[in-house]
Amino acid sequence: MSNSIRKWIFVLLVPALVVLILGSVGGGAGHGVALQSANIDIHDKQSLQNGAKYYVNYCMGCHSLKFSRYNRMAEDMGLNEENGLTPDDVATLLKKNMIFTYDEEGKQDQIGSLMKSAYSPKAAAEAFGTSVPDLSLVGRSRGTDWIYSYLKSFYLDSSRPMGVNNTVFKDVGMPHVLWELQGWQEMEHAEEGAEHHGEPKLTLSKPGSMSPGEYDQVVRDLTNFLTYVGEPAQLSRKMYGVFTLLFLLLLFGVSWMLEKEYWKDIH
Amino acid sequence: MAAKEKSELNGVLGWVDERFPLMETWKAHMSEYYAPKNFNVWYYFGVLAMLVLVIQIVSGIFLTMHYKPDTELAFTSVEYIMRDVPGGWFIRYMHATGASAFFIVVYFHMFRGLMYGSYKGKRELIWLIGMVIYLALMAEAFMGYLLPWGQMSFWGAQVIINLFNTIPFVGEGLSLWIRGDFVISDPTLNRLFAFHVAAVPLILVALVFVHIVALHAVGSNNPDGVEIKKLKNEKGIPLDGIPFHPYYTVHDIPAIVVFLMVFFSIIFFAPEMGGYFLEYANFEPANPLKTPEHIAPVWYFTPFYTVLRAVTLSPFMGTLAMFGAIIMLFLLPWLDRNPIKSWRYRNTAHMLNLAIFAAVFIILGYLGVKAVTPEFKEMGVRMTEIYFMFFAVIFVHSNSTKPGRYLVWFVILAAAVFLIDFIRYNPEDSISAGQIMWQWVWPIGYLALTLLLPYFMKGCNAEKEVPERVTS
Repeated sequence: MSNSIRKWIFVLLVPALVVLILGSVGGGAGHGVALQSANIDIHDKQSLQNGAKYYVNYCMGCHSLKFSRYNRMAEDMGLNEENGLTPDDVATLLKKNMIFTYDEEGKQDQIGSLMKSAYSPKAAAEAFGTSVPDLSLVGRSRGTDWIYSYLKSFYLDSSRPMGVNNTVFKDVGMPHVLWELQGWQEMEHAEEGAEHHGEPKLTLSKPGSMSPGEYDQVVRDLTNFLTYVGEPAQLSRKMYGVFTLLFLLLLFGVSWMLEKEYWKDIH
Repeated sequence: MAAKEKSELNGVLGWVDERFPLMETWKAHMSEYYAPKNFNVWYYFGVLAMLVLVIQIVSGIFLTMHYKPDTELAFTSVEYIMRDVPGGWFIRYMHATGASAFFIVVYFHMFRGLMYGSYKGKRELIWLIGMVIYLALMAEAFMGYLLPWGQMSFWGAQVIINLFNTIPFVGEGLSLWIRGDFVISDPTLNRLFAFHVAAVPLILVALVFVHIVALHAVGSNNPDGVEIKKLKNEKGIPLDGIPFHPYYTVHDIPAIVVFLMVFFSIIFFAPEMGGYFLEYANFEPANPLKTPEHIAPVWYFTPFYTVLRAVTLSPFMGTLAMFGAIIMLFLLPWLDRNPIKSWRYRNTAHMLNLAIFAAVFIILGYLGVKAVTPEFKEMGVRMTEIYFMFFAVIFVHSNSTKPGRYLVWFVILAAAVFLIDFIRYNPEDSISAGQIMWQWVWPIGYLALTLLLPYFMKGCNAEKEVPERVTS
């Protein structure tokens, strides 16, 4: 066999063996329900602002975002001088609409403060029997689609202390905080047969103040906001990447030509 | 290395050269170090490993300026770096991606050594030093992974440190001594931080230095496995050698740029790499009271993790098998006794042996990140068997003139496989038994390809004449 044939056998053999052997036993067992696609746009500032609004009003009473700061969040969401807001305007806006916590001296928290929750861990433990998690990184640990699906998957369950359960997070400890907006869902019991086996189906039994479409949008904005909070750097990260790659491409061309020039007399 | 009376250099460099072996060192290692002219793509990974080492040291220094090795503050300080420190996210992603990149380039570098027999011809010591570097690298990566104090940091360290627990008699005391506490806690984090930022990096840099000194003393191998120092011109310069500088320095730059393109693409576009470089569960702070559903080490440890899980005889045997899998690699120069270095001139069976070994290593790694199912569990055992038999087969291939030995060794190794199956077989556990009953095809198929094939087909046992000079 010539060298080149041997080389190609080798190049093809390793991936072929890996695919053959792993394919022969099939994939591992997948568990958990299928998640819905959140379909968010991290650069949609309107959506981020709307998500932030709902977050501080509905979620932050219990769930802190203790690694984020109010002013950084405002800046990243376009509440800045580019959009005609002076620093004073932003401070007023934040203090009026977003900051509901106070420091040890009883003064309202500053715009540079971390986004704490007013709920003490001790009080939370007494009320829910568990600590309330900080959600700064939920966009990274659980993922975007998980948050979106979770917020849409509460249903009435009288056996639970809060009267609700969740198909994405079984036996979750928290109540359905957004019930006023969504209304109440019920689990459809598939008694007729195994047609819906494994896939729980929820139906809206009592509508809330929003239509299902409007509620989906609010949940999408909240998901977008939490995804942003998980990694604020992602707003600019890819732009740096494009410039870095363009520079490296240029450098590659120059260094390639330099190499060719030096190597032209090596045979 | 006596200092010269009068240097060929002028000015400050001349002043230094009269008091320090400046030109001598430059010539010995760069401008008059003659490297074979036929290096191919595989020869880039050494310089890339050095580049990643520098990236890790520099980014690590900046991270150390902001990180707090304290169980109360560690996780918060990492998020502080990610959000409040200017450019902090960039530095942190460089360091995290650099860890994985280090193992990728090192695995390619090591496989290059296997393909071209780079541990032969007085190069055994280079290979040994390299293996110690690999061990130090694994220790460095493991300790660095605890520092962010996330769920996987904590539980991964729990698994690894508990391995020492399995050692009879001294295990309990040893793991207690390593942790500095009865559980992984503040003292553990502090000492691992000290090792990660000071002790192991010092060792790594020193080892890389002697790795290169040893290489330059013997001279580089090449894809043909030809010793270029055998044929020299009247000036004593190898006929197939070219000065490392400027030829290989300019040769390496485009490769470094291509590597950086991939490296920065990951940093800027996919820093988590789908959960393989930064595990999702590690974005939750460590919680000693809540065991994660599924503990998977980072991808570069998973081949050995599968070996650990595959040996269920006793926990200590599992630990031994895992460390044994690494120790075997140290012995390669003394197992592969075939005088032909490069696989280009070795028989087809040897080529298959190396290719299957690479594939098995990847499969072991894949199985290590997956949850254990009956199929995957049995496959882990089978791949572990092939992993270890590889070292026996490469030993048998040392001498191709006596094909009868192939048959003898096929019988011995196949008998060993079936003996292990006989011991493991339990008809009451029908699921495992069913898996044993068909997955034996992998190790036996491996032995058939590497030992029976060259025995029955002359063409697959034929070795070729190694040329006098390098090709192309």
